[in-house]
Amino acid sequence: MSSDQPFITDESRVVTETRDSRMTGQGDRFNSRLREAFGSSPFILTKFDKFLNWCRGSSMFMLQFGIACCSIEMMHTYAVKHDLDRFGSGVPRASPRQADVMIVPGTIVSKFAPRMKRVYDQMPEPKFVVGMGSCTISGGPFQEGYNVIKGAEEVIPIDIHVPGCPPRPEALVYGVVKLQERVANGEAAPVTVKPYELEEFSDLEKDELVEKLTDQIDEDELVMRYNFADSP
Amino acid sequence: MSLERPDTPDDATIERTPDELAELLGDLVVGRDDHRNAPGFVIRPDTVQQTLSRLKEEAGYDHLSLVTAQEYENRYESIYHLKKFDDPTQEVSVVVPADTDDPVSESGEPVFRTADWHEREAYDLIGIEYDDHPDLRRILLPETWQGHPLSIGYDKDRPQIATLPEHANPLEDHHRDAESDTMFLNIGPHHPATHGVLHLKTILDGEQVIDVEPDIGYLHRCEEQMAQNGTYRHQIMPYPDRWDYISAGLLNEWAYARAAEDLAEIEVPEYAQVIRTMGAEMCRIAAHMLALATFALDVNGDFTATFMYAINDRERVQNLLEDLTGQRLMFNYFRLGGVVWDLPEPREEFFSKTRDFLDQLPGSVEEYHNLVTSNEIFQMRTIDTGILPPDVAKNYGATGPVARGSGVDYDLRRDDPYGYYDELDWDVVTEDGCDNYSRLLVRMREVEESAKIIGQCVDLLEDWPEDERNIQSNVPRTLRPDDDAEIYRAVEAAKGELGIYIRADGTDKPARFKIRSPCFSNLQTLPEMANGEYIPDVIAALGSLDIVLGEVDR
Ligand code: SF4
Repeated sequence: MSSDQPFITDESRVVTETRDSRMTGQGDRFNSRLREAFGSSPFILTKFDKFLNWCRGSSMFMLQFGIACCSIEMMHTYAVKHDLDRFGSGVPRASPRQADVMIVPGTIVSKFAPRMKRVYDQMPEPKFVVGMGSCTISGGPFQEGYNVIKGAEEVIPIDIHVPGCPPRPEALVYGVVKLQERVANGEAAPVTVKPYELEEFSDLEKDELVEKLTDQIDEDELVMRYNFADSP
Repeated sequence: MSLERPDTPDDATIERTPDELAELLGDLVVGRDDHRNAPGFVIRPDTVQQTLSRLKEEAGYDHLSLVTAQEYENRYESIYHLKKFDDPTQEVSVVVPADTDDPVSESGEPVFRTADWHEREAYDLIGIEYDDHPDLRRILLPETWQGHPLSIGYDKDRPQIATLPEHANPLEDHHRDAESDTMFLNIGPHHPATHGVLHLKTILDGEQVIDVEPDIGYLHRCEEQMAQNGTYRHQIMPYPDRWDYISAGLLNEWAYARAAEDLAEIEVPEYAQVIRTMGAEMCRIAAHMLALATFALDVNGDFTATFMYAINDRERVQNLLEDLTGQRLMFNYFRLGGVVWDLPEPREEFFSKTRDFLDQLPGSVEEYHNLVTSNEIFQMRTIDTGILPPDVAKNYGATGPVARGSGVDYDLRRDDPYGYYDELDWDVVTEDGCDNYSRLLVRMREVEESAKIIGQCVDLLEDWPEDERNIQSNVPRTLRPDDDAEIYRAVEAAKGELGIYIRADGTDKPARFKIRSPCFSNLQTLPEMANGEYIPDVIAALGSLDIVLGEVDR
C-alpha cells in the first residue's frame, strides 16, 4: 500500500490478503501500532490485577438511568455528536445486573432515595458511580427543598463528581474518562456507612416519630430515615 | 385568516359579565374576591359541586384548569380556576374558604375528573381535606410523611421516614377463580420506558391490563417552595427552566414572565416580544424532537436510528439556542420586562445559521415520516391504540398535543394571545384520530408550524431599525406587587397549558406560587387510555403523552 494513497486498495489482492492474514494472524491489517511497539514477541509481561483493571476501565457498561434535567444532557452524551461510546463506555444497560457504572443524573428526593439505593445494591461488584450535576453534589438549586436529599453521597458512594447545572456533555465525557483512568489504576471510592441507609423498620431507634408510625409500617418493611436537621 | 376560529359561537361561548354570573349562581355566592384575571366568587365549602356544575352546565365553563390551595393566617382556601375550551379568555375563579381548625371542603371531583389529582396534591402539600373525594391520599410525598410542607408553621427540619414497601396485588383476592390469572406488575420508578422516575402500578389479567395507577412524586423538588422563597425580579426565573427540562426552558420562563408582568403591570417592548416568540418556538421544536425520539424507542427498540436522527436535529436547535442565550439547556434568558440580552453579534451570522436550520428542517421531517410514521410496524402499534375521546380529554383537563390529537381545537397561542403570535401567520394543528398515532402527528406538524413562526420572526428581526432595538423596559429594581393581588395566567408550553398562580402580599416575594403543569393533568388520562389494552399499548400510550417528570412532580 503506498502511503500517499492510503485508502485506495488493490481490489485483486484484498481477498487473498484477508484470508491469509486470518489464517496466520500476521497480516498487516492486524498489526496495530501497539503490536509493533512490542516488537517480534507476541507475549507481554504484566501483573494480573493491572491487566484486569485495564480491561475493566476500557469497557464499561453504564446503567440506563434517568432522573431529572441532567439525564437529558446524559442522553446527548450517549447519542450522536458526543458519542460516549468512542471511549469504551457508552452502551447503556437497562438492567442494573448487567451494569458496572451508574451515572446519577439528577435531584434525589425522599421518595426516590430508597429506590436508588436498591438499584445500586443490585449492581454486581465492582461498581462505580458518577455523580452528574450540582444536585448530586449538594441538592443543587433545590438544596433548600423540604423533600430534597442534600446530595447523592448521603445515600451511595460516589467516585467522580461532575459539577454543573447541567454539566455539558463534554464535561460528562471528561468525568467518565477520568473514572476510567481511576478504574484502570485500581482506585474506587470506599464503601462506607452512609447517613441514610435502608433498614428494617424495627431496627430504627424508637423515638416519637417511630412510635407514631408503628401502626402504618410493618416491622420488617424497609425504610430510610432522614434527619434533615443534621443534613449539610 | 388562519387565526380565526372556524366554529360559530353558541350559548356556551357567550361571554357573561360578572354580575350575570353572580345572578346565575344566586345565593350560592357569599362574597366576591376578584382576581386580576377573572371575577372570583366566594362560596361555602359544602356547595362546591353545586357551584361547579352550574358553571359547567349552564355557563359553559368546561375546563377546570387548576385547583390552588393555600393557607392564610385565619383560614384555608381552595381556588378552582375555570375556563372555557372554546374561549380561554373567559375565566372565573371559585374561591372556597375552609376553617383553620378543621379544613374540610367538598370535592369537585364528581363534576370535573381532573380535580382528583389536584385535590390530592392540595391535601398533600397544604392539608385541606376534601369530602366525597374518591381516594384522598398523599400524591407527591411518601405516605408516611409528617405534616403538610406548604402550610404555615411547617418545620422542614423535622425527621421523616420513607418506606420501600413490597407491593401486594390488591385484586388477587377478588380474582381467585380458575379462569382469571391476575398479576401485579411494577413498572418503574427506574425503568427505561417511563421517561424518568414514574412508577406505574399495573395489574394484569393474562396479558391484558385491567388497572394501571400512576404513582408520582419521585421527583418532587419543591419547586413551589423554591419560587416562594425567591424574589420576583431575578431569583425565580432560573427555576422554570427546570420544570419541563426537555429544552422547553423558554416556554416555561414565559409562563412565569407573563404572570409576573401582568401582576406588576410591566410592559414588554415589541422587539423583545419577537425575540421571545422566536426563542420559544425553537424550544418547542427541540422538545417535540425528543418526544418523537423517545416515543419511537418506546414503541419499538429498533427505532434507535430515529432516536439518533432526532437527537441530531436537537443538537442543531440547541446550538442556535446556545448562541442566543448562552446555555444549552437551562437558558435563564427572559427577564421581567424583556430578555436579558440582544441577539448575538454578528447578527447576520445568527440569521443565516437559523435560516440554514429552517431550510434543512423539511428534509428531516420527511425523513421522520419515511422512518416512522409510514412504517407499517409503527402504524400497527399506534393507530387505534390508546384512545382518548375528546370529552374525556376535556374532563381531565388535558391540553396541548394530547388534547389536539383528540380533535380539541385549543391552543393558547391563538385563543389567549400573548407575545407576537397574533401578528404572525401560522395554524393550530389538530388531528381527529384520538389515538397514539394522532398525538405524534400533531407534534410533527407543530414542528413545521414552529418553523414557519421562526422564519417570520427572523424576517422581522432582520429589518428592525437599529435604534428601536429595545430589549427590556424599565423595571424597578425591587418589585413589590400590591398586597393581596392575585393572578392566574397561562401560556402554551410544549406539553400544553402551563399556568402560574401568584398571590402577592406586598413584599418582594410571592406569598403563594402555584404551578399548573400540563403533564400533571395529561398523565391523569393514562388509565382511561390503557385499561383493557395490552402492556405494550400502555407503554405506547405513555410515550405518546410525552410527560416530563420534572413538570409532573414539580
Ligand atoms: S444539577 Fe441542575 S440540571 Fe442537573 S438535575 Fe439538578 S437542577 Fe437539573
